[in-house]
Amino acid sequence: MDNAPAAHSAGVPEESRPSLSALLLDPSFWADWASVVGLVGLVIIFGIAQPVFLSVANLQALLLASAILVVLSIGQTFVVATSGIDLSMAAAVMLGAVILGLVSAGGYGIFIACVLCVLATSALGFLNGLIITVGKIPDFVVTLGTLSAITGLGLILSGGEPTMVGSTFLLKLASGSFGPFGYPVWVAIAAVIVAHIALYHTRFGVHLLATGGQVESAGALGIHTNRVKIAAYTISGFCAGIAAILLVARIGSAEPQINTSLLLNSVAAVVLGGVSLFGGRASILGPAIGALMLTALVNGLTLLSVSAFYQPLAVGAIVVLAALIMRYQK
Amino acid sequence: MSATSSDAIIACNGLSKHFGGVRAFTDVAFQARRGEVTAVIGDNGAGKSTLIRCLVGVHVPDAGSIVFDGREHPFSNPDGARKAGIETVHQNLALIDELTVAQNLFLNRELVRRIGPLAFLDRKAMKREARSMLSRLSINVPSINQRVRRLSGGQRQAISICRAVGSGAKLVVMDEPTAALGVQETANVEALIRRLREQSVSVILVSHNFDQVRRLSDQIWVMRAGRMAATVRASETSGNELVALVTGAA
Repeated sequence: MDNAPAAHSAGVPEESRPSLSALLLDPSFWADWASVVGLVGLVIIFGIAQPVFLSVANLQALLLASAILVVLSIGQTFVVATSGIDLSMAAAVMLGAVILGLVSAGGYGIFIACVLCVLATSALGFLNGLIITVGKIPDFVVTLGTLSAITGLGLILSGGEPTMVGSTFLLKLASGSFGPFGYPVWVAIAAVIVAHIALYHTRFGVHLLATGGQVESAGALGIHTNRVKIAAYTISGFCAGIAAILLVARIGSAEPQINTSLLLNSVAAVVLGGVSLFGGRASILGPAIGALMLTALVNGLTLLSVSAFYQPLAVGAIVVLAALIMRYQK
Repeated sequence: MSATSSDAIIACNGLSKHFGGVRAFTDVAFQARRGEVTAVIGDNGAGKSTLIRCLVGVHVPDAGSIVFDGREHPFSNPDGARKAGIETVHQNLALIDELTVAQNLFLNRELVRRIGPLAFLDRKAMKREARSMLSRLSINVPSINQRVRRLSGGQRQAISICRAVGSGAKLVVMDEPTAALGVQETANVEALIRRLREQSVSVILVSHNFDQVRRLSDQIWVMRAGRMAATVRASETSGNELVALVTGAA
C-alpha cells in the first residue's frame, strides 16, 4: 500500500460519512429516501389512527399484497434507469397470465405453463427493446403501441374469457409460507436481492446507469448501449412474467384484463424510490419500498373505511408530491 | 520534416479525405514522436479536426497510409483505435454525470472478481486504483466517490484526461482541452499536460491557442486550407511566426 500516503498528499481524501445533521439538511437525501420517509410516516399515521394496522396479521397481509408490485417496480426500475419507460408492463402481465392459464388448461403441466409465461413476457420485453433501439423510436411510443397490441393478443388468445387455474402448486405458492413471510414475499425479496446485485455489483449495472445518464458518452467509450437497453426491457418483461405467476396464484384464475393500477403504481413506486425518470440514477431498495408504501397506503385507507374511490386520489397526490421534492433537490 | 519514422508513435503519409465534393484535406504527411507532445494548429476549417478524426478511427481516409506503433492501417473504427492504444479525450469529455469519479475512470474497463461463472465489480480495487491514478497526475478532486456532476469544468477535463492516460494508452489525443475553461482552470489543465510530458506520455494536442501550444508542446504542425503547411520545433518558433504560418503570410 505504498500509494496510500501519496493519495493523501494529492488531496484525494478517504470517503468520509457526512454528519447526520448535514444529511438531514441535504434535499437530495430526502429525494433519495422519499419512499422510506413516506413509508415510516404512513406506518406512524395509520398505526395511531387504526391500531389494527400494526397487527402482525395485517402487516403480513400487507407484505403479501405488495409482492407483485415490488417485482413489477424492479423491472420498471431497470427500464427507467436507461431513461426509458415500459408502459406495456401490465399488459405483459395479463398476456403472461393468459398464456399460463391456457397452457395449464391444455394439460401441459403447471411448470411448463409457468416457464412459457415467463419466456413469453421476456420475449415481449426483448421485442420492445429491439424496436426502440433498432427503429430509433421513443420508448414511450413503442411501449404504448405494444401495450395495445399485447392487450389485443391477450383478448384474442383467451376469447375474452377468464381461465380457472386449479393448481396445487400455485395454491401453495399463494397461501403457503416459510418463516414469517408467505412465499410471494420471499419471491419479492429474492428479486430485490438479485436486482440489487445486478445493479450495483456487475459491469452491466454500471453500463446501464451510464447508458441512462449520457448515452452518447457511454457509446463513445465503447459501451453497447443498444444491447444494454434491450437487456433492460427483457428484464422488465421477465419481471412481468414472474408477477403474472404470482397474480394467477393469488386470484386462482387468468383474467384477460389489464390492471392499469399495476402499471401506474409500478411507475409511481419507481418515482417514489428516487429513481430519475431521466435515467442514470437508480436503486432497487427505493422502488421496492415505494411499492410497499403504495400498498400500505391502500391498506391503511381500507382499514380506516375510506371509500376505495379515494385511493387513486391519494396515490396520485403522493406521487406528485414526491416528484416535486425531487424537482427541488438541487 | 526532419524526424525519422522510427521514433514516431504515429505517422501518416499522403492522407486525403473528402466529404462528397468538399475537400477536408489533401496529401497530408504528419507524425507524432513517442513521448512528446505534438500540437496541430490551424484556422477553423483548415482540416485539423478531420485529420484527428482520421487518426482516431472516426473517419476512414480516402487515400494515404497511417502507421501506428509500427503497424500499418491498424484500425478502421474508434473501438479498434482504442484497442490499438489510442485514447481520445473528447471535446464533450464523454463523462457520465451521475456516476462517481471512480466509476467514470473505470467505465467499460471495470475491474471484476470472478466467482464461478459470475463476475462482480471489484469496487475496492477500482477505488484504490482510481486514487493512485489521480495522485500520479496530482489531480485534485474532493472525493473519488463524488458524482462527476458536482465537479468544475477543469476537474472534469482532468478526470477525462486521467481516464485516457490511465487506460495504458500509447497515444492520447486531446481536442481543444481548454476551450471551455476559465483562466485558473486552463492553468490547471496545462499543468496536467506538462506532467504528462514529463512522464513521457505521447500526446497529440489540437488547439487554437498559439501561446498555449508553444508552452506545452515539443513539435508543432500547422494546417492551412486542407494542407499541412509547415512543422516547427516549439522551442525554435515565435508566436508571430506561428500566426504567419497559420494565415499564410509567411
